[in-house]
Amino acid sequence: MSLSESTPTVAAHGLTRHYGAHLSVGPLDIELHQGEVLGLLGPNGAGKSTTLRMLTGHLAPSSGEVRIAGIDLLDSPRRAKAHLGYAPEIPPLYRELTVDEYLGFCARLHRLPAGKLRPAREQAKARCGLMEVGGRLIGHLSKGYQQRLGIAQAILHEPDVIILDEPTAGLDPNQMREVRALIRELGQRHSVILSSHILPEVEAVCDRVLILHRGRVVFHDRVEALKHPATSAGLILGCKRPPPLETLRELPGITAVERQRDGLFRLGLKPGAEVEETLCRLAVENDWGLFRLCPEHTTLEDVFVELTREETATDPPKQDR
Amino acid sequence: MILTLARKELKILFASPLAWVVLGVMQLIFAWVFLFQLEQYLENLARLRQLANPPGITEVVVATTFGFATIVLLMAVPLLSMRLFADEYRQQTLALLLTAPVSLTEIVLGKFVGLLAFLSIGVLLLLTMAASLALGGPLDWGLIAANVLGLLLLIAAFAAAALFISSLTQQGVVAAFGAFGALLFLWLLDAAAADPQALSGYLSLMRHFDGFNRGLVDTRDLAYFLLFTLLFLLLTIRRLDARRVQG
Repeated sequence: MSLSESTPTVAAHGLTRHYGAHLSVGPLDIELHQGEVLGLLGPNGAGKSTTLRMLTGHLAPSSGEVRIAGIDLLDSPRRAKAHLGYAPEIPPLYRELTVDEYLGFCARLHRLPAGKLRPAREQAKARCGLMEVGGRLIGHLSKGYQQRLGIAQAILHEPDVIILDEPTAGLDPNQMREVRALIRELGQRHSVILSSHILPEVEAVCDRVLILHRGRVVFHDRVEALKHPATSAGLILGCKRPPPLETLRELPGITAVERQRDGLFRLGLKPGAEVEETLCRLAVENDWGLFRLCPEHTTLEDVFVELTREETATDPPKQDR
Repeated sequence: MILTLARKELKILFASPLAWVVLGVMQLIFAWVFLFQLEQYLENLARLRQLANPPGITEVVVATTFGFATIVLLMAVPLLSMRLFADEYRQQTLALLLTAPVSLTEIVLGKFVGLLAFLSIGVLLLLTMAASLALGGPLDWGLIAANVLGLLLLIAAFAAAALFISSLTQQGVVAAFGAFGALLFLWLLDAAAADPQALSGYLSLMRHFDGFNRGLVDTRDLAYFLLFTLLFLLLTIRRLDARRVQG
């Protein structure tokens, strides 16, 4: 089914979830278009899984609306869910079935026409690296395979929106790389929302990032916004036998020198200054024992820690529920 | 879609030894009762001939066996149905069904039809046994048909109630006991009532099956079973929806 370019694939407004009197998540506003990958981050208990479950119809929101491909999820759930693929944190697998039987069932469940059942199944298996285990019982698969099977059932019917809850949890580094490559590939044609703890993964794979803390949005922007900080550029210099600070301060183009731990210095630069070559030459001539010289940039981790740590410091002590 | 879901349930059901054991034991018991009644009939043949209106073989053997089968099913259905929802809760597979383009009604009916299909195998075995008597002489097919219909309706009622109770809990054993207790209670309501016109008689499952057992297809009994089944299926659907809303 083709979507007009302007229709957002996922549009959630004012999404909230209460448990009794306690506000667990929200209010949340999310809008995604085709070909975008959104990363959902947050400490444990921030409400990531709750948000994803509300977006997929697994959990009813207390208020707010969700539209998938322009179709209201609460009014026309069957039509809306046809555009969704969901891989929850614990893969929803029937241990008594074989991989092929399970994927065949999922394909029928998502109303794929009879002729496309087998090709879709084989393609999903190929994309998730499950070709050799087609006849194996799910109960006998290793965790890595089970995790990948959980993702396979989400992409089986090529939905417009794919929602992955911690897709690389429990995988070994090789498998993680494969899954990330898969997500990048999926992100080209579909909209993907993924939740993760692994910050470099989100940086590498996602276009936009949303950080949740205690159910509230504390950051929602494009990933690039982090890589080009508005503040002036800096350099990180690391020496085993560092020179005195004045020597560094006097170099042309350097505005400030800040000593950090373990022989590292942060050098503030004038805009447009290029001092790397000079520093290198000096380091070699004077035997500074140079081991690091790189541009300073804020990472997602810095933002994450700052946003989520700040709040805990000022919050009153948590009451036991 | 309901058939897809039912087929999945059957596949999973047959993958576990529980289903085979239950079917096997049920058949063993049915056969024992059947043969016992047959022996009774053959032994008393001479005496029966002297009666004015003797009961035929169908009544003595088939109807009694079907009557006994209801007790066996009372115990078997909770065992088979306990894992229908309890397992989905525990293994977290409900997420797959709830986020797929299927309605709650289809999910519940899929499980119901799957269970029913499995239990119908037991009824088919009973029917085969009854039909085998045809080798010895004419049978009252009307009586047999009424019994089969009654038993199928009863199974549907049992399955619907047990399915509902399974949807209430994560633990299979609790579901099994709960269903067994509920069905037994509804079954025995009739025995407790001294006055046949009392309300408890109208609610009793046993009372309504009795008619079919004797060859009487009463639309009131039919309506009772259909309403009973419908009620519990609706309650199950509501239960699923409540879980979705409450989290």
